[in-house]
Amino acid sequence: MEFFRIKQDIPFMSYGKLTTAISLLTFIVAVFFLVFKGLNFGVEFTGGTVMELRYAQPADLNQVRGAVDNLKYGESQVQALGTTRDVMVRLPNIKQKTSAQLSNEVLTALKQQRGDVELRKVEFIGPSVGEELVSHGLLALALVCIGIIAYLAIRFEWRFAVSAVIANMHDVVIILGFFALFQWEFSLTVLAGILAVLGYSVNESVVVFDRIRENFRKSNLRGKTVPQVIDNAITATMSRTIITHGSTEAMVLSMLILGGPALHGFAMALTIGIVFGIYSSVLVASPLLLMFGVTRENMVKPVTVKEEAVV
Amino acid sequence: MNRYPLWKYLLIAVSLIAALLYTLPNFFGESPAVQISAARSTAKVDQATHARTLAALKAAGITPDERIPDVTSFKLRFHDTETQLKAKDVIQTALGDDYIVALNLLPQTPAWLAKIGGKPMFLGLDLRGGVHFLLEVDMKAAVDKQLEKVAGDIRRELKDQKIRYGRVTRERESVSVGLRDEETLARAAGAVRRVLPDLKVEESRNPGDYRLIVRFSPEAQIKLQNDAVAQNITTLHNRVNELGVAEPIIQQQGQGRIVVQLPGVQDTAKAKDILGRTATLEVRMVEDDQQKIADAFTGKVAPGLELVPVAGVRSGQGSAELLKTEVELTGDNITKAEPTYDQNNNPVIGLSLDSTGASIFRTLTRDNVGKRMAIVLVEKGKGQVITAPRINAELGGSFVIEGGGMTVQEANDISLLVRAGSLAAPMNIVEERTIGPSLGKENIEKGFHSTLYGFIAIAIFMVIYYRVFGFVSAVALSANVLLLLALLSAIGITLTLPGIAAIALALGMAIDSNVLINERIREELRNGMSPQMAIQNGYGHAWATILDSNITTLIAGIALFMFGSGAVRGFAVVHCLGILTSMFSAVMVSRAMINLIYGYRRRLTGLSIGQVWVPQQKQA
Repeated sequence: MEFFRIKQDIPFMSYGKLTTAISLLTFIVAVFFLVFKGLNFGVEFTGGTVMELRYAQPADLNQVRGAVDNLKYGESQVQALGTTRDVMVRLPNIKQKTSAQLSNEVLTALKQQRGDVELRKVEFIGPSVGEELVSHGLLALALVCIGIIAYLAIRFEWRFAVSAVIANMHDVVIILGFFALFQWEFSLTVLAGILAVLGYSVNESVVVFDRIRENFRKSNLRGKTVPQVIDNAITATMSRTIITHGSTEAMVLSMLILGGPALHGFAMALTIGIVFGIYSSVLVASPLLLMFGVTRENMVKPVTVKEEAVV
Repeated sequence: MNRYPLWKYLLIAVSLIAALLYTLPNFFGESPAVQISAARSTAKVDQATHARTLAALKAAGITPDERIPDVTSFKLRFHDTETQLKAKDVIQTALGDDYIVALNLLPQTPAWLAKIGGKPMFLGLDLRGGVHFLLEVDMKAAVDKQLEKVAGDIRRELKDQKIRYGRVTRERESVSVGLRDEETLARAAGAVRRVLPDLKVEESRNPGDYRLIVRFSPEAQIKLQNDAVAQNITTLHNRVNELGVAEPIIQQQGQGRIVVQLPGVQDTAKAKDILGRTATLEVRMVEDDQQKIADAFTGKVAPGLELVPVAGVRSGQGSAELLKTEVELTGDNITKAEPTYDQNNNPVIGLSLDSTGASIFRTLTRDNVGKRMAIVLVEKGKGQVITAPRINAELGGSFVIEGGGMTVQEANDISLLVRAGSLAAPMNIVEERTIGPSLGKENIEKGFHSTLYGFIAIAIFMVIYYRVFGFVSAVALSANVLLLLALLSAIGITLTLPGIAAIALALGMAIDSNVLINERIREELRNGMSPQMAIQNGYGHAWATILDSNITTLIAGIALFMFGSGAVRGFAVVHCLGILTSMFSAVMVSRAMINLIYGYRRRLTGLSIGQVWVPQQKQA
């Protein structure tokens, strides 16, 4: 069986303008949502108390909401968590009360209303922790970018490094855009997922770049122009790209469907990240490479030096 | 030519067998157990305790399945939870309040596996259920408290040296002492430097304004903060012990934070209450009137007196001492307690008092030379006399306690407990999490299922698409799971739900290497290479790509580990390990299998790697 019977190199680079335009547009839309809707930060970031409850029988959210509102804690949220029996209650931080008091009060109130409720999880995060998480998250993001740029600049060339990182940041922004658009909760595990996507997506670009470098060195491709060389590299790795991503996506979808609410955000970030990872490494990173003016000499020269060193 | 030297096959075989062995403990499950440990520093879990426990169980008609003596605890394994609960009650009644009897689950790792270091993975709270606290030590308060003490010390020293001084004021990060003239300034500076060598002493001279500014040097400040966290951790340890939690985790996190994890505990309110309690030390005077002592032992204790038991009855001491109820000094005035040795090399406890404590103590000892005082340890509201020495001379701010024939361990424990009596600085709870046990079980199940089904889907696809090579890839992927699980179990990394997600993701990403290899081999075949050459070149070319892509992924993983906390960190560790094991399994293990299958055939005409489609007109 062979899925991809590609007779000729697909002229990906000639679509460069179109794909760049599409990328730019999605990027701008994502930024728009991020700015105007913002991320729905999880309790780890905002501080507050989250309770997860399970009812023996399907719960009436309005009833639960009424009971929680009666306690007058200010802005609290009640929402279903996956099933009709699981309910999540989010409470703000209250100065005079500890989280244990808060959760006990809520549970007593709900127990009075309906006896079949069971407390599954309580989470309390103080306000100072959140800020630190944001700064650490941004720091991690910056460090990942610098690390990847440095490694690719050494192994390839700076043009490769910069285009790979730009392509990947584009993925990250788009995932964030999705989370802003649908107001999915942005939790710490989602952040882990996004940073994992960053590593994963660079991996993708590296495979294509590796092929481009190899093609530059090949004697039978010497007469070809740079775009043709890149087209050849992308076409040659196409089959692998689709199969690998298909496999990873199968794993991630399995997590999304079977993993339950705890893994949902993480799996969602990866699902979107992988789809855009394919797109960006093929149709964003490579045109960028061309735009930065990569030439055969950029890649071939260091190799001769290397060979001399070995001899 | 596609053959590995024998040592490579052996290396792979050995690592896979080792991986299998270290993964095995995870499949034996856990059995209910009871864990006995000392509740007080003065109680010991020794042979006698073992004997008492077993006798009590025998009397109740319960036989433990296994006995596991330990340095600090004694664990007993039982057949089922019902016996376990019954046994716990029996043991608690027999041993009394001096011991903590906690319910526990012990892994059922066979002895031979345990011997080679095999142990099941340690499950995080999100998979086991329990309470998690993140406490923040108030560093500013810790420094403030110390500066208060420094100010007191300076006042006392200057008074002792008869140096006249003006106002002693505590500013934000320093203590300033006003002095009259050049000469007193020099003398004061000398005196302060001598008694407080760790501090930075500055002399400030302005006409008519001579002052001494004392502050912590940066190193001293860091040491102070570290000490504060260390002391608070010790305190928390002692308090958590009271909860009877089998395997609590109390660790420093970052600069000034402490994580407390109590598996199995559901009642946060009770946990917090107990974390807030203290054990203290008291200094009280001993009543040596023989008549009163004799009366007290017959049950007639005179008013204003109390009979307090002596800890670990030693030779030359009675089982109890008659003490005055009046407390002369409390542990709050103790700034330091550490085990040391006296001139005869006997273990003793060195204590330092703060300025208030020192002046009280000086008066007390001066007025009572020749009498005996008792050092009493108060835990859970009950006192025990550690030692009752005779006062030979006036004592100052620091002195040693000699408990006749104290062991090194006792000196350690007691000084630890005295230190643990109070917190160096207040702590605030900044994070708190309670996870019910049912949720934990569900998390394991869901994580396991999603990994399993994802794995099956990938394996089926690989076998259909790449035939023998696909089968080899699937086996290499299983080898990866095995290696990863073995590594996690052997290193003793705590597995959390994000960790399970990382295992799943590692598998999804590990298959990339095999796809790269297989596609490359197909391509070599398409270009007309012989099968053996295609294998050789396919693996060769793919390796460079695999290395590059894995290292970039690893960079991201390491950054996650460095800056992540909690959930992110749990993910990052497994993620990084998964990348490393995948490089071994996808390249070495699969190559070894391919070599064994194809490498020894002389006339190989084709490879079972699925249909290789060759375009009709070959492009240039």
